[in-house]
Amino acid sequence: MTRMMRHRLLWPSVCLVALIVLNTIARPQFISITLRDGELYGPLIDSLRQGAPLMLVALGMTVVIATRGIDLSVGAVMAVSGAVTLTIISGSGQPGSLGTVAFAITAGLVVAFGLGIWNGFLVAVLRIQPIIATLVLMLAGRGVALLITGGFIATVVSPPFKYLASGYLLGLPVAFIIAAAAVVLVAVVERRTALGVLTEAVGINPEASRLAGVRARGITFSAYVLSATLAGVAGLIYSSNIMAADANAAGYLIELYAILAVVLGGTSLMGGKFSIAGTVIGVLIIQTLNSTILFLGVPSAESPVFFAAVVILVVLIQAPRLHQLVRGQLDRQRSRTRDRRGDPEVVA
Amino acid sequence: MTTVVTADNRRTSSAQQVRTFVSRHASVMPTLAAVAVFVLLLVGAQAYFGNFLTPRNMSALLLDNAYLLILAVGMTFVILTAGIDLSVGSVMALTGILCAKLLADGLPAAVVVPATILVGSLIGALIGLLVQYFDVQPFIASLAGLFLARGLAFVVSLDSIRVEATSVLSLQTTRFRFGTGWYITPTGIMALLVVAIGALVLLYTRFGRTVYAVGGSEQSARLMGLNAARTKILVYVISGTCAGLAGLVLTAYSGAGYPRNGIGTELDVIAAVVIGGTLLSGGTGYVLGSMIGVFVYGTIKTVISFLGAEQSWTRIIVGLLLLLFIVIQRFIVFRSERPR
Amino acid sequence: MDLPPLLTLTGASVHFGGVAALDGVDFRLFPGEVHSLMGENGAGKSTLIKAITGALDLTEGVLRLDGTTVRFASPHDAQRAGVSSVYQEIDLLPNISVAENISLGREPRRFGLIDWPAMRRHAQQVMHGLGLDIDPASLLGSHSLAVQQLVAIARAISTEVKVLVLDEPTSSLDSEECAELFRVIRDLQQRGVAILFVSHFLDQVYEISDRVTVLRDGKLVGEYLTRELLRIDLVHAMLGRSVAALRTRPTLHVAEDEQRPYLSMRGGTVTSRLESADVDLMEGEVLGVAGLLGSGRTELARALTGLDKLDSGIINVRGRRHTLGGPRDAIAVGVVYSSENRRTEGIISELSVQENITLALQADQGFLHRLRPARQRELAVSWVDALDIRPADVDRPAGLLSGGNQQKVLLARLLALSPRALVLDEPTRGIDVGAKVHVQNLVGELADNGLSVMFISAELEEVLRVANRVVIMLGGRIVDTIASEDLDVDSLTALVAQPDDPDE
Repeated sequence: MTRMMRHRLLWPSVCLVALIVLNTIARPQFISITLRDGELYGPLIDSLRQGAPLMLVALGMTVVIATRGIDLSVGAVMAVSGAVTLTIISGSGQPGSLGTVAFAITAGLVVAFGLGIWNGFLVAVLRIQPIIATLVLMLAGRGVALLITGGFIATVVSPPFKYLASGYLLGLPVAFIIAAAAVVLVAVVERRTALGVLTEAVGINPEASRLAGVRARGITFSAYVLSATLAGVAGLIYSSNIMAADANAAGYLIELYAILAVVLGGTSLMGGKFSIAGTVIGVLIIQTLNSTILFLGVPSAESPVFFAAVVILVVLIQAPRLHQLVRGQLDRQRSRTRDRRGDPEVVA
Repeated sequence: MTTVVTADNRRTSSAQQVRTFVSRHASVMPTLAAVAVFVLLLVGAQAYFGNFLTPRNMSALLLDNAYLLILAVGMTFVILTAGIDLSVGSVMALTGILCAKLLADGLPAAVVVPATILVGSLIGALIGLLVQYFDVQPFIASLAGLFLARGLAFVVSLDSIRVEATSVLSLQTTRFRFGTGWYITPTGIMALLVVAIGALVLLYTRFGRTVYAVGGSEQSARLMGLNAARTKILVYVISGTCAGLAGLVLTAYSGAGYPRNGIGTELDVIAAVVIGGTLLSGGTGYVLGSMIGVFVYGTIKTVISFLGAEQSWTRIIVGLLLLLFIVIQRFIVFRSERPR
Repeated sequence: MDLPPLLTLTGASVHFGGVAALDGVDFRLFPGEVHSLMGENGAGKSTLIKAITGALDLTEGVLRLDGTTVRFASPHDAQRAGVSSVYQEIDLLPNISVAENISLGREPRRFGLIDWPAMRRHAQQVMHGLGLDIDPASLLGSHSLAVQQLVAIARAISTEVKVLVLDEPTSSLDSEECAELFRVIRDLQQRGVAILFVSHFLDQVYEISDRVTVLRDGKLVGEYLTRELLRIDLVHAMLGRSVAALRTRPTLHVAEDEQRPYLSMRGGTVTSRLESADVDLMEGEVLGVAGLLGSGRTELARALTGLDKLDSGIINVRGRRHTLGGPRDAIAVGVVYSSENRRTEGIISELSVQENITLALQADQGFLHRLRPARQRELAVSWVDALDIRPADVDRPAGLLSGGNQQKVLLARLLALSPRALVLDEPTRGIDVGAKVHVQNLVGELADNGLSVMFISAELEEVLRVANRVVIMLGGRIVDTIASEDLDVDSLTALVAQPDDPDE
């Protein structure tokens, strides 16, 4: 029983289930799923679709955080990839053609990939602190995106591109499938190969890992490349959702929600051991919370207040001091009911 | 290698003097570099435009960036303790819109002004408590503050609110003229006062020195009997108070409160503070350096607008400049890290 | 000593959970005396110090200072009462000036504001009393560790100090700096300060202290006058078991002409840290490296294994020239390095013992070829067994193990690579005597099996015991390489301490 109590995913899962239950009690149609023309609809499905960009960004963020780093630039990268892709589509003669869209998407992803290389270079090669290194792109990136779009929001009409955010595949939203596929892919690579353990080693003690022959630089570098590329995909989905490139709003505050998701999922910001499943649960919690807030009629602009409460609640629960206070109470009760006998234990 | 440098070997050769200077003031070097950059920028701009270094432009530099200056002072305190405060932009927006709303509701300025600044202090205190008593990382704690403040700003009002109260507006509109074309506003004076007070506190009070100590090594500071806990909380209160004050200044400047103000401003502030020579790792830095950093930022912004280019270039250039400073800081640290 | 003790602990016990870290210990410090506290790791030394300096509360027992019973609520409390301490990790602030470090927390003030000139004058005064003459306005971080330590002592004595606790003050000092520190200690003795000196260097304990208290497993073994205590009796008291188990391995005899160098370096130079080093690691031999701190031992090891880039010189592996660009290159040719900083450059604390042991092997194979979980376990268990790593739980986070066991885990990690040459930097530092011997024996066995081992240690006795030949380093240069059977501790000490600059 204690092993299950101590499992890292316990608290996040409980939170998520509790949220879903509360929502269902308040509005029973929350968990209703309807099938129409071979496509699933319903509030839960909407959550899964809308949460795709956050899922992708949080996935990349998990790996970066595991290497003891952070990537603040993901929102900006989303804006840039969206800007590149939409500018190509709207500037082309045939915005509706599959070829144009394919080319534009590839270009957007390549640019995101390149930005990941930029971040990776700053952190892994020049050994600049991750907060500061990615801060540079966070500052400059949106400016670049604005320049690409010429300062205003480019809108297009392009059915192939619209498919990304609004289409369905095998009955489920394409956006969700993309996010799920990314999660599965990254999880498989991290856990079926030794990459996961090596990444954890690098996050816990980079120098010791290096001396043991681990390619610390390579692992750190590729973490940022992964994060930016996933952010690029997220940016495409976001743009496809509004069929426009909004350099200011794209991914606004998403890095913070992503970090929150990672923390909710039990991965420590100090790096080292990480949990992709935890991040998935974290993202689902955030999505459900968002949906709850909207349902309560709160204007979405005010929703950050609730997330502040969530952040504070989470950190309080995780805080060692709270555990000490609680344990102190339990110990006091226990010692009253047992006489003092020196248990032979090994001193750490 | 002897441990003791005896008095007889101490020759006052110029090499020795340089070495003494460096060993005393190694922490000032980054700030001196910022000053150099500032001077270069001014000289370059003057050379290019011919009419850049005018009293009017220089006065405007202070006026336009007064809010940033105040934020930078608060942020310097926080970063000196190796912390960070991501909430300042949102707190500034909150206090700004709150101030505008309360004034529009008819409350007297004498009540509104202190009340809104207090709101900033309270949010700062919340962040400080989370950091100190619950061991929350400053990043996350101030993130909570950012969410809270931004959301509350929209709760106060979803749209902008104009300010009619002349007492507040006069902070911006009153110009004290002196010299040939120089002028300064009460907001400018407030900003400079905040800078001066910040610098004095850091240099001459035990609290200020504890700030440096905590940034150098919190554990050592505690073992030396310093009240590290109280200091860590206070720096966030200071940052929040500065954000509150900056909100007031910004509202006076633009004549209205706007809940979307300050998006991304915390980044500008952090960039200015780092460019000004404060190390993110804590323990090294000066408020005057942050002031220079703000002026560098402001100059770049002015140059961009002079060039008629899009304002988005400002952030790009500041970002690249920040990068340059970081890389240089990295190489200096790199070279001093080598000997065992 | 006819004066009454300045500080006494009577029946002191400290319990953590159900465990007694200190159990009924009596301890006393006399004024003007240097008193050493000895014991293996886990004996209770640091607990005793923490109890005296106010960092811990006594569960039972009484602490008396100058005859009055006291209870310190914090180290700051203890400082105010006159009990100051200087720890191994210098608890000062490198980013502020020397003067400020000395006065921090009690700065001289004028009109409520800090009086900088007065602070510098005060610092100058205090340091002068110690014979230390450095610029009080200079940043602390710009000075060597030895100087920083003296500044820490200056701070400790800048207020009225009755008791000064020095916890492992000499670990990072070379012999000249040690001598300077001892001069300061004797000076303080003269002033009537009671000094508690904790060090695991027996030589130093015998040189400086008047009295020795030995702890074992949290209990008091005895208090002795140093001049009446034989070394063998001291070690016996610390270990509590027969010293016979510590008998040294006979030094190895390997025929010179049959030797082949597995790894060698010619003219290895790293600017200002290593100069023209020529060294050969022969197969089947243990090559000891002796030298004082700063003599270039670690630099030699790091250059030899490719961790540091050579500014000039070549490295040969099995006679063929190689460029070792980093740990991965070295591992690829069978050369492994164990750093002296176990914690920062060795153990990955949150990973399990098993993950730590298999780490290098896994990294060598590349991340795509994951070692099968069964194979990983098998490997880990067999090494834990072979090296007697305790506790024998391979899933335990490695950070929870004691220093000695962590060192064994690191050795297992390296040995799992089936290396041909091992370069071990201070592998037995800070480990208790039992584990020390185990590691030394292991090193000998490895050489017997044909490996080449380089063994660096600050303890000259250990080097002589373990090695076939000894490389002597001084000032970044290899001074000589001599067979260990041609050396004894005294002659080696003389060679290692030889000054190279007459006017130093």
